[in-house]
Amino acid sequence: MAFIPHTAADVAAMLATIGARGIEDLFEEIPPALRVGSLPGVPEGLNEMQVGRLMSERAALDGMPLSFIGAGAYEHHIPAAVWAITTRGEFYSAYTPYQAEASQGTLQMIYEFQTMIARLTGMEVANASMYDGASATAEAALMAVRANRKSKSARILVPTTLHPHYRRVAVAMASNQGLRFEELPYCTVEGVTLPASLGKYQGEDLTALVIQQPNFFGRLEDVDALTDWAHQRGVLVIAVVNPTSLSLLKPPGEWGRRGADIAVGEGQPLGVPLSSGGPYLGFMTTRMEYVRQMPGRIVGRTLDAAGREGFTLTLQAREQHIRRAKATSNICTNQGLLMTAATIYLSLMGPQGLERTAAAAHARSRELLAALTRVPGVRPAFSGPCFHETVLLLDRPVAPVLKALAARGILGGLDLAPYYPELGPALLVCATETKTAADIERYRASLSEAMQAARAA
Amino acid sequence: MPNREKVIFEYSQPGRGASDQWPQEVAPAALADLPAKLRRGRAPALPEVGELEAVRHFTRLSQLNFSIDTHFYPLGSCTMKYNPKACNQYAMLPQFLARHPLAPESHGQGFLACMYELQEMLKEVTGMQGVALSPMAGAHGEFVGVAMIRAYHRARGDLKRNEIIVPEAAHGTNPATATMCGCVVREIPVNASGDVDLAALKAAVGPNTAGIMLTNPSTLGVFERGIEEVARVVHEAGGLLYYDGANLNAILGKVRPGDMGFDCLHMNLHKTFSTPHGGGGPGAGAVGVGARLLPFLPIPVVGKDGERYRWLGEADLPQSIGRLSAFMGNAGVLLRAYIYMRLLGRDGMRAVGEYATLNANYLLKRLRDAGFEAAYPERRASHEFIVTLKRQARELNVTAMDFAKRLLDLGFHAPTTYFPLLVPECLLIEPTETESKDVLDAFVTAMSQIQKEAQQEPERVRTAPHTMPVRRLDDVRAARHLDLTWTPTTQP
Amino acid sequence: MSNVPADLKYTKSHEWVRSLADGTVEIGITDHAQHALGDMVFVEVPEAGRTVRADEPCAVVESVKAASDVYAPLAGEITAGNSKLADAPETVNSDPYGEGWLMRLRPAAGALAAAGLLSAADYSQVLAAEGG
Repeated sequence: MAFIPHTAADVAAMLATIGARGIEDLFEEIPPALRVGSLPGVPEGLNEMQVGRLMSERAALDGMPLSFIGAGAYEHHIPAAVWAITTRGEFYSAYTPYQAEASQGTLQMIYEFQTMIARLTGMEVANASMYDGASATAEAALMAVRANRKSKSARILVPTTLHPHYRRVAVAMASNQGLRFEELPYCTVEGVTLPASLGKYQGEDLTALVIQQPNFFGRLEDVDALTDWAHQRGVLVIAVVNPTSLSLLKPPGEWGRRGADIAVGEGQPLGVPLSSGGPYLGFMTTRMEYVRQMPGRIVGRTLDAAGREGFTLTLQAREQHIRRAKATSNICTNQGLLMTAATIYLSLMGPQGLERTAAAAHARSRELLAALTRVPGVRPAFSGPCFHETVLLLDRPVAPVLKALAARGILGGLDLAPYYPELGPALLVCATETKTAADIERYRASLSEAMQAARAA
Repeated sequence: MPNREKVIFEYSQPGRGASDQWPQEVAPAALADLPAKLRRGRAPALPEVGELEAVRHFTRLSQLNFSIDTHFYPLGSCTMKYNPKACNQYAMLPQFLARHPLAPESHGQGFLACMYELQEMLKEVTGMQGVALSPMAGAHGEFVGVAMIRAYHRARGDLKRNEIIVPEAAHGTNPATATMCGCVVREIPVNASGDVDLAALKAAVGPNTAGIMLTNPSTLGVFERGIEEVARVVHEAGGLLYYDGANLNAILGKVRPGDMGFDCLHMNLHKTFSTPHGGGGPGAGAVGVGARLLPFLPIPVVGKDGERYRWLGEADLPQSIGRLSAFMGNAGVLLRAYIYMRLLGRDGMRAVGEYATLNANYLLKRLRDAGFEAAYPERRASHEFIVTLKRQARELNVTAMDFAKRLLDLGFHAPTTYFPLLVPECLLIEPTETESKDVLDAFVTAMSQIQKEAQQEPERVRTAPHTMPVRRLDDVRAARHLDLTWTPTTQP
Repeated sequence: MSNVPADLKYTKSHEWVRSLADGTVEIGITDHAQHALGDMVFVEVPEAGRTVRADEPCAVVESVKAASDVYAPLAGEITAGNSKLADAPETVNSDPYGEGWLMRLRPAAGALAAAGLLSAADYSQVLAAEGG
């Protein structure tokens, strides 16, 4: 029980050594009134066979519908080697690498991850990862306030085209430290933030501007114009990017004349399964000039006492376990296991594989758009290029249509009514390289049936 | 142990790749709609290696690590207990892995049932009225806890309350968290027997007190005996009590934080509930609250309408402190914790508290009998205890760091060193309940051997480790000459 | 035993102050402080032209084990930060009272007198009480 190996003889011997009559003696310092008798709200234990059966039944209940949902979490092929290696006990059950000599595997993995992410984003330095893309964005805003010495306002401009959940998380995590998030409107025809909407901030003291690329709608923003506008006014640029897209799209380090100042994003597309939303990993990168303002763990390469190369956690003086109340953040994790998976994934895919994945995702999304807009009552919401997801407008409410599709084993996308009601009945759909022509046709046919049935009703 | 492994970029050759993993190429026309000025110019310099090369490289890297699966890992406050393989296997069933976070509830009743039951079980073992599963790590859960306390006071119109009291022995995340929530930290001392100084506490509370952050047993490895009085003092002053659940393993199934008077808490599912440490994460810092703080729980939370499970969001919890994660938190970690709790059951919970405490007290006694000095010799150990090596440092010039490094040579991961800050040259030792008596005895033998070496050939200990893949690393050099990304030309 | 030059003034938070001929003061951290922190890896000094209040944190000294704020011992305007420390932070360890100076400041009117700086003897007593 509970993976406790002791025999009765062991226990007797141990108690004799301690000089206690029973295990209960060891709890004598705890006031008796505080002891809990039993835990009726916890069921009796199951053995592994029983648990396995229970979990299989629960999983079967959920099934594996054909999914066309994107919205910040993307289905991609994950090579078998990724999790076969990631779940090796030496990675799975290792702790944070505080004893560097006993953790060179983890430390070197982090160093390789930092290097790959820096190269992918075109930035100078990366940390060992954050909880997820949303919290990484919030931490980037906090970092911008620390790094932007010229600005006192702690005002952060945030486009409405940034993922709605990311905007909520930023407010929940950062407004207690005095940050003020102001939303930039978007153009409902183009589905992007128009540089013209920045006009009213002309002479204002702003600390940072957040730009998501592709944005939540899948649309491509004018990142160069937005970046240059910000830099001309002493405003730092926080890029929020999709890592798969960076094999095809200009990376944040190359935006505008000087590149973004901080680039973050969600690393889930890099070898991490959807798994109902987590665990994922946020990545964060910046210029070397700001490295001391960057939260999270960082690994550096150095020499050991025999002059050989080795890896160790560095710049720890910024972190909570040393600076305590003055720390850059209270974070004391990195998403180690997910970072391991991402590093192995990027090594197996390489630049060619990642580009093919992005290209295939783009192609399938365009095919999906073409197929679905052939269904009467369905049209694209925005003009202009998208990357791997897009918004459709329906001539009737989206929710019942999605329900009808779900009954046919298809998850059609995300209903945007709760987030962008001004668009009318809008549906965010996504297709990655995992979708075949047959899958797309099945969706089109089912959508057509569902729309017809709704029309008739 | 093997020698160190090259960095993967050193294996890279242009044109190599695990092409079986790549989708088919698409025609260039399919990308024609992407504006040229937004296209990437040069491909990113990711590794170009074959699949076997990559597999060998990463497998060899894994072999450079110590882990629970390979070594006794008595890190105090980290609860390095066995991570059952069943938890991983069943959390990674294909249907669970494939489920999109925004999939409808109709296609998630199995998953949601697990999450709901996990919430209920966590409420039961902590004595709380409500649980939210979304915080993604212990520190994240701490942030939520303090944010809820602030929200509670604000909702009552009591805007002056912005002070959080923290014992000086607290983990660094506690004051860091308080600051992140816009609060001011007031540190109070701990007395010589390891309990919070009640007089100092009474002097520190007042109309500005938002709350106190405590862990019990404390970071000193001993039970806070005056906890009921502490709760009374803080509550009378109008503050709330926050419980840092890092040491929950010591009292699991024996005592509940809710019964001690705590108003909210976070749990470290990656400690007490055995989800994997993964080389630094992912954790899960589920929070629990008493009735007063229920309205402020972060969203989303799982609810139940009759037999159907559903998400509770902003509309259901209008006073929620908000959303802390892009989706619902570390679902895969939560599934592992659920499976673990189902395997243990109610009796297993109690066994954890009992055997974790038995192992710690046994190891403490054996080490004391071997001549080592306990920081609080007159106290029972909780699930962990502190040994101080200040005598060895003073008389032999051999430090806790030296002992820690030499333990690696002898096949043991070192305990936590130099935390808590209050005790000089300390080792914070937590064996956990999943270690056998044999392993504990072997650890004592190793410590005794190092003690002997410290007396007879101290240089060997001071320059340890000797048999690991690397010797001691130059931290100063690492921080002065930052080498944080690999380039072909730099030497470290 | 750490070095406490007799001709300087000190604060309880381990800064030293030297009066310069031009009416400005030079500020750094003491031998005790540099020893306690260990090998410096990074030093951040304030920019010239910045006005500081007494006890305002205005510099950071960072070692592998700690990052410590340095507090302005008195109010005034920063006239110089020691930019050489960016490339050679270890100078704070090797020469804390000389080349390891952190900043120079022109005191506000009356600030020097109001600062309540300690003499070398008083500072030595502070160290003795701390067990250093």
